[in-house]
Amino acid sequence: MGILEVKNVGKRFGGLQALGDVNLSVAENSVHAIIGPNGAGKSTLLNCLVGKLIPDTGSVMFDGQSVLGRKPFEINQMGISRVFQTPEIFGELSVLENMLIPCFAKRDGAFHLSAFKNMLDDKEIIDRAQHMLEEMKMADKHSMNAASLSRGDKRRLEIGMCLSQEPRLLLLDEPTAGMARADTNNTIDLLKQISDERDITIAIIEHDMHVVFSLAERITVLAQGTPLVEDTPDNIKGHPKVREAYLGETQDAA
Amino acid sequence: MLKLNKRDTLLFVIVTAMVLLAPFLLNPFPQGSSMAQMFNAGYPDLMQRFVIFGILVIGFNILFGLTGYLSFGHAAFLGIGSYAAVWMFKLLSMNIIPALILSMIVAGIFSLVIGYVSLRRSGIYFSILTLAFAQMSYNLAYSVLGNPSSSYNLTNGETGLQLALNDPRILDGAAAANGALPVTKLFGLAMRDSYNLNVGGWLFTFNVGYYVAGILMLISFYISIRIFRSPFGMMLRAVKSNQQRMNYTGLNTKPYTLAAFVISGMYAGLAGGLLSSMDPLAGAERMHWTASGEIVIMAILGGVGTLIGPIVGAGFNEYFKNILSKINDGVLHQWLSFLPDGLENFIVGILHYFVGKGWHLTLGLLFMMVIIFLPGGLVEGGQRLAKMFKRKKTDDGSDSNNTPAE
Repeated sequence: MGILEVKNVGKRFGGLQALGDVNLSVAENSVHAIIGPNGAGKSTLLNCLVGKLIPDTGSVMFDGQSVLGRKPFEINQMGISRVFQTPEIFGELSVLENMLIPCFAKRDGAFHLSAFKNMLDDKEIIDRAQHMLEEMKMADKHSMNAASLSRGDKRRLEIGMCLSQEPRLLLLDEPTAGMARADTNNTIDLLKQISDERDITIAIIEHDMHVVFSLAERITVLAQGTPLVEDTPDNIKGHPKVREAYLGETQDAA
Repeated sequence: MLKLNKRDTLLFVIVTAMVLLAPFLLNPFPQGSSMAQMFNAGYPDLMQRFVIFGILVIGFNILFGLTGYLSFGHAAFLGIGSYAAVWMFKLLSMNIIPALILSMIVAGIFSLVIGYVSLRRSGIYFSILTLAFAQMSYNLAYSVLGNPSSSYNLTNGETGLQLALNDPRILDGAAAANGALPVTKLFGLAMRDSYNLNVGGWLFTFNVGYYVAGILMLISFYISIRIFRSPFGMMLRAVKSNQQRMNYTGLNTKPYTLAAFVISGMYAGLAGGLLSSMDPLAGAERMHWTASGEIVIMAILGGVGTLIGPIVGAGFNEYFKNILSKINDGVLHQWLSFLPDGLENFIVGILHYFVGKGWHLTLGLLFMMVIIFLPGGLVEGGQRLAKMFKRKKTDDGSDSNNTPAE
């Protein structure tokens, strides 16, 4: 039994069956990739996992508890963090503040009225945030406005913010979309390092086959809202059905 | 000092000094001179307005400046606070303390309800909802709950709620025995009492009401600094910056915005209570939507999201409103008498529309210029000036003591 169990999930938007009948099991401490051509329902599936969408049918269990009907912030407090396709950070805040917020959220919960404490007196939180910035190799940028970071740094910051919450499951939505090759490789290395060093499960949605095959231990191929196959990267590469439905259509297959 | 960092302490000390010394600072011209009539602002009524509107805008800035939620109905809380205070004067005592406490509580309850509903939406829809609530409150106060012949006359409609000789005033009913209306006081100090100091040709007025309101403004300002520097304040700025990231970071944005809304509503209630404490008469016009708009204008004029901006904006607005409405054609002729007659009449004819009753026009133009050239408000202007001087003097890297960042 995996840490994330998706059973018979279906989602319809008007006349479009975005997800047919998705079954997916993500094993604890693994890196699981979900791939598929455009419109295969990858993002819809992800949104069903984090509470942005509620599936019409089926169940989503995280660590034995249903996530359905819970709000995104509640699901996050259960231990699921999400990294977005375009980095979602607090652009107007400093890099350090960006890191402080998830640390506060982790310790103090979804709402905590501490209007008279001085933020900078909270050594525990400050240390934690600074430690995380060092780990992300961004300690020297702590006072910069987050909006002025480079694209790659924004991505690192966002991943660092998610990690500072010590999530059990990290969901990544095309983390290297629109990145230069060098930045992509850096992100791959970072994610590899994260999965090696931590007790963390990573589920990743990705277009870039290079990223998928360098990271994933299991791959699920989604096509037209249903999983086609689920297997190890080596088997997926040679799988005839996958070639036909997905790899065959793109240049990445070569 | 006071658990503030160096810059904030400096800022707080400067503001404190300005509030305490305002009777001197605002009366730069000798009593009786023509300049004094026009530009002196050191008389109690106006000084009280400076600090009371300061409180109002400081509170508004906690909501609008930090979370970015633009409330267009804050005058409702000001009005509600005013009514609550007058009722306290009528029923309980002329002491302003119970009145101010009740104004804050009642305004807090109203803002909790209005905020709970309005915060279901963001952006322009939020603004429209608050505007609708404020106009509903205004109409309730103006007519529905203000019918003098009905048995639930809470607001006394058009006339406004005022004191009467036969009010119960449970705690100090006998005070009105001499046949005059009692005056608002803080224990033994009457709000309208003043001490006049004559130095040379200058007259300085130290008014009890002004100092009470001024000290409350300093407390409000101090609390606002603490909120800006607290984790709560950072969360509010995070709401403004990226709500999506907040939700996916396990934070529930709704109680944060609601708390900010209620805090700013209570600030407005306090300001309303103080207005009534200075002059125990509460009218519905305080809740009119133009009054709400004025709060927004003061906040933007000063600098949204900065600590000192609200005070600067409120002061600027009240000061210019005051002097512009005092200037009339006679004064203009006097000022321009050095010009040839024809030209003088021509210029006065044009300026006529910008002063006196036309003060809105000038203030509107000033507002437009600030928006266009100083989007960060007057505070940004100050920061630019400070930078220019700093560049000449030293190359100390730190800039501006007004930014909320740490």
